[in-house]
Amino acid sequence: MSELVALDPASLPARLPRPFLEWFASKGWAPRAHQLDLLSRAQEGKSVLLIAPTGAGKTLAGFLPALTDLAERPKRRPGEAHRGIHTLYISPLKALAVDIERNLAKPVAEMALPIAIETRTGDTPAHKRQRQKLVPPDILLTTPEQLALLISSADASRFFAGLRYVVLDELHSLVTSKRGHLLALGLARLRRFVPSLQAIGLSATVAEPDELRRWLVPQNPPGGLAEVITVSGGAKPEISILDSRERVPWSGHSARYAIPEVYEAIRKHRTTLLFVNTRSQAELLFQELWRINEDSLPIALHHGSLDVGQRRRVEKAMEAGTLRAIVATSTLDLGIDWGDVDLVVHVGAPKGASRLAQRIGRANHRMDEPSKAILVPANRFEVLECRAALDANYLGAQDTPPLVDGALDVLAQHVLGSACGAPFSADVLYEEVRSASPYAGLARRDFDRIVDFVATGGYALRTYERYARIRPTKDGLWRVSNPQVAQQYRLNVGTIVESPMLAVRYVRSGRGAASRGGPVLGKIEEYFLETLAPGDTFLFAGKVLRFEGIRESECYVSNGAGLDAKVPVYAGGKFPLSTYLADQVRAMLADPRKWGVLPEQVADWLRIQKDKSVLPKRGDLLVETFPRGSRFFMVAYPFEGRLAHQTLGMLLTRRLERAGARPLGFVATDYALSVWALEDLGHLFRRGTPSLGQLFDEDMLGDDLDAWMAESWLLKRTFRNCAVISGLIEQRHPGKEKTGRQVTVSADLIYDVLRTHEPDHILLQATRADAASGLLDVRRLAEMLSRVRGRIVHKALDRISPLAVPIMLEIGKESVAGEAQDTLLAEAADDLVAEAMG
Amino acid sequence: MTGRNRLALATADVPLEPNAASRTAVAGVEAVCDPFGALYLPDTRTLVVSDLHLEKGAAFARRGSLLPPYDTLSTLTILDAVIGRYDPRVVVSLGDNFHDRVGAALLPDLFRDRIVAMAHGRDWIWINGNHDPDGAVGLPGISADELHFAGLAFRHEPSAVAVAGEVAGHLHPAATVRRRDRSVRRACFASDGTRMVMPAFGVMTGGLDLGHRALAALFDRQSLVAHMLGRDRVYAVRFANLVG
Repeated sequence: MSELVALDPASLPARLPRPFLEWFASKGWAPRAHQLDLLSRAQEGKSVLLIAPTGAGKTLAGFLPALTDLAERPKRRPGEAHRGIHTLYISPLKALAVDIERNLAKPVAEMALPIAIETRTGDTPAHKRQRQKLVPPDILLTTPEQLALLISSADASRFFAGLRYVVLDELHSLVTSKRGHLLALGLARLRRFVPSLQAIGLSATVAEPDELRRWLVPQNPPGGLAEVITVSGGAKPEISILDSRERVPWSGHSARYAIPEVYEAIRKHRTTLLFVNTRSQAELLFQELWRINEDSLPIALHHGSLDVGQRRRVEKAMEAGTLRAIVATSTLDLGIDWGDVDLVVHVGAPKGASRLAQRIGRANHRMDEPSKAILVPANRFEVLECRAALDANYLGAQDTPPLVDGALDVLAQHVLGSACGAPFSADVLYEEVRSASPYAGLARRDFDRIVDFVATGGYALRTYERYARIRPTKDGLWRVSNPQVAQQYRLNVGTIVESPMLAVRYVRSGRGAASRGGPVLGKIEEYFLETLAPGDTFLFAGKVLRFEGIRESECYVSNGAGLDAKVPVYAGGKFPLSTYLADQVRAMLADPRKWGVLPEQVADWLRIQKDKSVLPKRGDLLVETFPRGSRFFMVAYPFEGRLAHQTLGMLLTRRLERAGARPLGFVATDYALSVWALEDLGHLFRRGTPSLGQLFDEDMLGDDLDAWMAESWLLKRTFRNCAVISGLIEQRHPGKEKTGRQVTVSADLIYDVLRTHEPDHILLQATRADAASGLLDVRRLAEMLSRVRGRIVHKALDRISPLAVPIMLEIGKESVAGEAQDTLLAEAADDLVAEAMG
Repeated sequence: MTGRNRLALATADVPLEPNAASRTAVAGVEAVCDPFGALYLPDTRTLVVSDLHLEKGAAFARRGSLLPPYDTLSTLTILDAVIGRYDPRVVVSLGDNFHDRVGAALLPDLFRDRIVAMAHGRDWIWINGNHDPDGAVGLPGISADELHFAGLAFRHEPSAVAVAGEVAGHLHPAATVRRRDRSVRRACFASDGTRMVMPAFGVMTGGLDLGHRALAALFDRQSLVAHMLGRDRVYAVRFANLVG
């Protein structure tokens, strides 16, 4: 490295104790400039943000202040009390904490430093956790949830009294979620315990470093910034797009066409990591690879729904270097440094440049060697997207989502946790909460409503005073009403709400409930299972399974080998195209000079589009209309992601309905939206009844949106998350896990009751705020509508255009989430009448 | 069972269509499956509801989950509407009238007064359920474990062996219609013409699928019909036709 420094202690910019100097010398290494820079600023008492690419020695940099300080600390005298936690390390992933423990243990052992390092996660056994409370390690590696639990215990202020540093890893990924909000509130509490506490944030490159700098220091008064150290560079990754000999399909997400070529790439490399966007894609890819795995290469599967034991085995094998390839989803996404990966394959579009950079960071985890990656687009639009992502990566562009205000449901959880720890004063807690950067703008009124919500539910009909969970004491402090409240709180800490999951248990075919005792393969969403009938087959844990039935909280499956699997539904909209990437894709479409880098068949496709229809300019929105069969279609190409398009589709059909166009349905992909109707849409638009300008007017985000959102299942799911996080309903309940699914009250029912009687309830407010920025992508849609005002290009065609083919192929494959569910009932009921009449 | 549709119906000014209810017979006794989720027996002017689960929100609140306190209000509003629709001489509530044992005793006066007004001029029989075995304390009408009346047997839990003319609740039946790749799940009356299991009337109650052993085993599947509660009418769907 060019930035290495000579190892003369006198010339070092920071104080590095002798064991460290000797250790570096014995390795023939020298500390990197940014490591020393961070150390010296920490030694001056500052909080610091370190922004560096993967492989830059971020971890060691983050821990040097703690390790050097602990190395110089006088030995504990016999009889002296235990000194408590010196440094707290928090990571978004349990696996990362475990990984860091391993990575730190080595230098600590080699330098013979008297430092105890331990992890504490949800997997840590109870006796070890208890022991940690009595004899704390010097460095504790943990997660945001565990921090929330620690600060909510009665002895928290004593436990953390000796805390000096808190190290926050992968900060860029933590801050964008509710877990980040929970962590920010925890950090604010730690600062109250120890005002001199220093925070060290470790982050990949981000667009807005100041947001993270604010995050690390108190924002009360607002405006404080942590120091920042930025390490640029790293070797440029070698990324290519798979130039397939096969035909790239028009639509779909399986990338089946490329499997043999992917397999070839695996054979040519030591260890390959294959990333996909969804669990079902992972299952499918894994299955397809094994189908042609003639050399029986050890290829493994890793995703979040698999049984923990199985995941650990895969991780171990990966670490030991016995695997040739591993197919993974985002569970393997963050900075885990496993084994000797020399190739990353990304199947499907990477959706955002930051995601791509993160994933490619997996290969050759050393900053000075280039990473090698191959992108495998699953369809033609993904070719464009991959190309744009590739350019973005070279440009070093970053597009992490903008930070949002702290969520109110998380605040409710924190308020209850606070009372579980010690009685609190609302005034003091409010000031503390506002010192956390996501909550810096929190209004006192909202804070008070949340306290009221935690106490009695915050309902206008005040019938629950006698059941209050927290009550003010005579001196105005809020305390928990009884110990069960604290017990309930502890079981429900966290912001990751899993949709209801059932364990998948393997049984012998046809035996159903009669044969218990087979192994559990993992967990799967209840929503998915509800769509299956006994006998249906699906892919899970790398096997074709036959669905036998549901017994209590388990799903019974048998071996379905040799059968065709009904693949789990594609959940592709999970990661919408980042705004930046969408813009790049539009730019590429608009400019034929850029097509040279595209595979010939894709460039050809665009050329034909240009002949037959038109290619939109970068800032324009193209809307094509054409008849097909007995229907009239309109296809719009906003490139704003499936969620935003779905929302747009719902709103457009409502409007077209009112305009008398008799719309029948729509389908949305990440790139486009197609609506079909009985009336000639092209004709209506030309006549201006309505005009496209009117149809796409931003005012659709008013009443139409409200009316639709209220009924949307997406909003119900959002409400469920808010209800669980805020403690309104429980994720788990002591002793209740086994009593079946009917025991819990369905969140949908609560939502309906609440919406009918108290539409302004604070939890509904929180739900709408969440949905607007998250699931429905309303923000994205609003930006798009305002961008295209006056820039909508209508092309009336007499037949389908090349650009429209991919989305038209989705029709029929995708269920159109329409409103008229009762028509389905009427259809079934009519059967009965017909039968009776026949 | 979701109350939103029924609550909207109950508070709407528009009367229901004449064919909104589904007409059937249980052991030869004429019965009307009403879109509000109540069963009406015209011969004896008897209205049957089941599994009101009143004060469910409060029951949860007592255990630390502060669910909205509006479920009782909604359920009573719907009950009021359906009583207004038929003006029955007798009202039978088939058990699990309250979500827990103390629900009736701790019922706020606001709601108690409402029930008193509804019961005025009628006979009201509270069948005891497993949630509320101690009877409807402090409310008009009588409490009983079961009732034999009008050629039918009313009890909370359906008997394991087929009993002709049994009308029961307890299981909260719901049926799912599947057509192509779509499905709709709704609460339903389940009957094979010999016996009937009623849908839960309370607004904050879940459902058990008709295909579940506990339910399907009670009926002759050939003649089993799910009278499903749609938005504003009841759809009668033969069991065999649920999956198209």
